[in-house]
Order: sequence, then structure tokens, then C-alpha cells
Amino acid sequence: MDTTVYLDYAATTPTDQRVVEAMLPFFTERYGNANSLYRLGRDAARALEGAREQVASSIGAAAPEEVFFTSGGTESDNTALIGLATAGGRSSGHVIVSEFEHHAVLEPAAWLGKHGFEVTELAPRPDGAVHPDDLAAALRDDTVLVSVMHGNNEIGTVQPIAELARVTHERGALFHTDAAQTLGKIDLDVVALGVDAASFSGHKVYGPKGTGALYLKRGVRLAPYLMGGGQESRRRSGTQNVAGNVGFATALALMDAERQAEVPRLTALRDRLVERLTGAIEFAQLNAADAPERLPHIANFVIPGVEGEAMLLHLDAAGIAVSTGSACSSGSLKPSHVLLSIGCPVEFAHGSLRVSLGRFTTEANVDYLVEQLVPIVDRLRSMNPLYAKTVAALRGATH
Amino acid sequence: MIYSDKVMEHFGNPRNVGVLDDADGIGEVGNPVCGDVMKITIKVDDDRIEDIRFQTLGCGAAIATSSIVTEMAKGMTLEEAVAITKNQVAEELDGLPPAKMHCSVLATDGLKVAVDDYLVKHGREPIAGEVKSADPDFDPHEDEDDHDAEAAS
Ligand SMILES: Cc1ncc(COP(=O)(O)O)c(C=O)c1O
Ligand code: FES
Repeated sequence: MDTTVYLDYAATTPTDQRVVEAMLPFFTERYGNANSLYRLGRDAARALEGAREQVASSIGAAAPEEVFFTSGGTESDNTALIGLATAGGRSSGHVIVSEFEHHAVLEPAAWLGKHGFEVTELAPRPDGAVHPDDLAAALRDDTVLVSVMHGNNEIGTVQPIAELARVTHERGALFHTDAAQTLGKIDLDVVALGVDAASFSGHKVYGPKGTGALYLKRGVRLAPYLMGGGQESRRRSGTQNVAGNVGFATALALMDAERQAEVPRLTALRDRLVERLTGAIEFAQLNAADAPERLPHIANFVIPGVEGEAMLLHLDAAGIAVSTGSACSSGSLKPSHVLLSIGCPVEFAHGSLRVSLGRFTTEANVDYLVEQLVPIVDRLRSMNPLYAKTVAALRGATH
Repeated sequence: MIYSDKVMEHFGNPRNVGVLDDADGIGEVGNPVCGDVMKITIKVDDDRIEDIRFQTLGCGAAIATSSIVTEMAKGMTLEEAVAITKNQVAEELDGLPPAKMHCSVLATDGLKVAVDDYLVKHGREPIAGEVKSADPDFDPHEDEDDHDAEAAS
């Protein structure tokens, strides 16, 4: 573990030490099953309900019962998509998801498409946002469910969820949002957003991996996705992860306590990064730079003339952890569907770099990244047989 | 997906990078749209590869395989050079992850095109056979299963 500069907080975060301490008793001393009637069980149940209250109050839910715990963002998304679409035994209808959703939404949507539903993938605009007018045009009388993510995990754009939910409700459909990237990072209130369901993940907010929650507005029907002992008010069977959920709730309380100071700090760091990186590297550009609203901690760049994985491996050798939308690095061979959805050319999508900042990021970290990246990009460009052509094309485009 | 130490070593310190100005043969292969492009230049003396350079735009495996192919080919006869297979390249690098096997095709194909370019320029018959990635519409990724979903987070 010699990674010294971690700049991939959108992928995951270290569990905060204060969170670890809050969790520890629930492994060894307070190990009861929250569904048992005796004292150990009641103790676990109280801790679990305390965690639920914390999450409910953090997200502005009307009541704790509207929150149920899951194993994370992926399970919440799968449950919402399939559970809301098929509620009450429904087996057909129209579902809309945005093109740049996380695969935890896209894949269950595709599954619905193969099992009786019709699915529309709605394109975001080149500014990196999903626009309410475009959604209004895609909605149909038989639309049952719309899912649009709150904050995009690759480019950091924030969608106008309140507007999108309003347009959806006008046509009588349900609205779900994947809020894995916005929870704790910006102000978030499910009632103000007007959503019927929202997905959350614990490990993006300095909580443990494998934790998360689904918000489900009172009165909204859901077919359970995990069936069994009927825990979580029959909406999610399985013995609850008490330690994990306590950790998740503790992490969220810390996010809430620190957010007012953290948002401007991260925004300033991000802006410093954008300014320095685009200033130091010729032709480098911030993706979705014209977005109406963006997350404070994510910046995604296109660096023409280099390939993402090569850049990432050289940065790794310099002790820097970042991520790339280039297909080659992630085991898949296609470039990022998110960058393609906002109109980024394929060859540039291969040279993208996502930098995401967090609690332990300093100015020195950001400056170190830029300092290390400059010679790496120079070197990779000098090895690129097409770079002269790329430069000519870029110059041609700007004159 | 983990690269061998040898892949990382060649990626970090690639051999024979550049372009030979007075090249006898040039091989340019790949498809810029999918991100893989390679250019090989060779100097030939008495039907042996006397000197060789490469440039590659591609992932870690593309750069490492390009580098090792130039090392393998240097000093070889033209026949030996065009006979290098992608499996030999992978072996020489202590293996490549399955999803990265196709990257090595680029390097062997680049070498083949460079050798044939030399031969044809000298009025001789090409010996390398068909080279798929010299076709500008060739997509080296199209034979792959794309079932392994993009790792997004
Ligand atoms: C937007 C978004 N949705 C869903 C997920 C999946 O969450 P989890 O890793 O908790 O399953 C992630 C991150 O991995 C994400 O960024
Ligand atoms: S260059 Fe495309 S995967 Fe290697």
C-alpha cells in the first residue's frame, strides 16, 4: 500500500476512524440479531432504528419508516428499478432512464426491457445535464417509472431532480433518483426534490462498503427484491447489518456536521485543479464545463493525444490514484458511456481523466498531481504516432 | 486484471521508442477510433533487421508489447520477424491478461507491415500474409466478447 495521493473519492472513500469506532462494539459485544426479542436483540434493534432515524433526518424523509437498509447503491438501484416497475404484479409498461446512469440502473432497466417492459434511454445534453423538456417529450401515457441520477459519478453534473420529478408526476409515473454521489456532498432533501424513491451508498461518504439505503416515500408500492424472513418491513429480507448501518449513519452525521465548511473547501480545490491542469497541459479541457450545476469534488478532463490507461499507470507509479473513463483500463473495451452520451468524441473519451477530491485532499495533493501529470502527458504524446495530426485537427477547430 | 512485472517494466521503460528517419520499411497499423495505433520503422541490412523504433498510442499492454516486439525483432531475419506470433509476445512478457491479448496483435502486425513495406519498395514479393489491422476500418476489439461490463464507480 504505497499509494500516497488518493484522488479517487468518487470510487470509494476510506472509512473514517470515528465511524470504525462507532461500529466496533457491534461485532463483538453488541452482536445480537435485531429481530430477536431478548435483550441482546432489542439492543441491536435500538441501534438499527437509531441509524435509520439518522439517515431519514439527513435526507429529509418525512418518517424513518421511509428508509430501509440495503447492501449499497447497486442493490438500492436494482430494487428500485425492478421493484417499482413490477409492483402489484405489473408486467408491462414504459420505463425511462437517462443514458448516463450508473450500470446499477442501466442493467436492471435492460432486464426490464427483456421482460415485458419498454425502455427509453434519454440522452443528456452536451452540457452534461438531463433537461426537463427532453424528459417531458419522452414521457408517455403508459410510462410507469423514470430514473435519473442526482449527481453523475464520472462528470459530476447535478440534474434538476425537482423539475424532472414534477414533469414525471404530471404524467402519473413514479420517479426514482440514484443519489449515491450526492448524499452528504451537497444539500439533499427528498421531500424538496419530490422523488418517490432514492438510492444511497455508505462507502461514498466515509462509511463502510456494502452498506446503503433506499428511500421509499410512504404509500409507494414496491415488489421486494430480496425475499425471506421479512425484515425491514418485508421490503428487504435478510438479517440486518447492524454494525454496517450504524457506521453508515455515523458517517452521514459527520458529513452533515462538516458539509458547510467542506463544500467551499472542495470547490476551491477543484477550481484550483481545473485552472492549473488546463493551464499546464495544452488542449486539456474540463468535460461538461457548461453544466448548470456540478458537484464540488469531481472534475473530469479530456486530454487529447493520450490514452487513459497509460496515463493512469504512470500516475500510479508516481503514487497517485485517479480514474479514467477509458475502456482499456477497466476491463471493458468500450470508452465511457457517460462521455459518449454528452457528445465527447470516441478518441478523446479514451484519454479522459477523472479526479475526485475528498476529506483528506490538500492543495499540495492537487499541485502534485498536475506537476506529475505534465511530463507524463508530454512523454505519451511524444510516443503517439498520430499526435501531429491531432494537434493540426485541434488547431483547425479553434481557428 | 493485473499486469505482470515484466509488462510493467517494459511499459515504464519502453525500448526503442521513436522513428528512424532513414527507415527502409514503415508499418502503421491500428484504428485511431478505438485508441490503438502503432508505427514501426526498420533499418534492414542483408535481410536482417538492423535497427527498429516504434511509436504507440494505446494502453499499457499496447506499449509493453510494442517495446518487447522491437527487442525480439532486432537482429532477426525478415522471415523470422514476420513469424513472431502474439502468443510468443505474450509469453515473452510473462503473460497478458485475457482482455489484453489483442493488444499484442498490433505489435506483430506493425512489424509485418514494415517488413512487407521494405520488400515491396525493393521490388520483391511480400511475405507477411494478410494483416488485418493495416485495414483502416479494422477494429481490433470487434472479435472480443463485450460481456465484461465497464467498471464504473
Ligand atoms: C452513481 C452510482 N450509483 C451506484 C453506485 C453503486 O454503489 P455501490 O458501490 O454501493 O453498490 C455507485 C458507485 O459505485 C455510483 O457512483
Ligand atoms: S489499446 Fe485498446 S485495449 Fe490495449
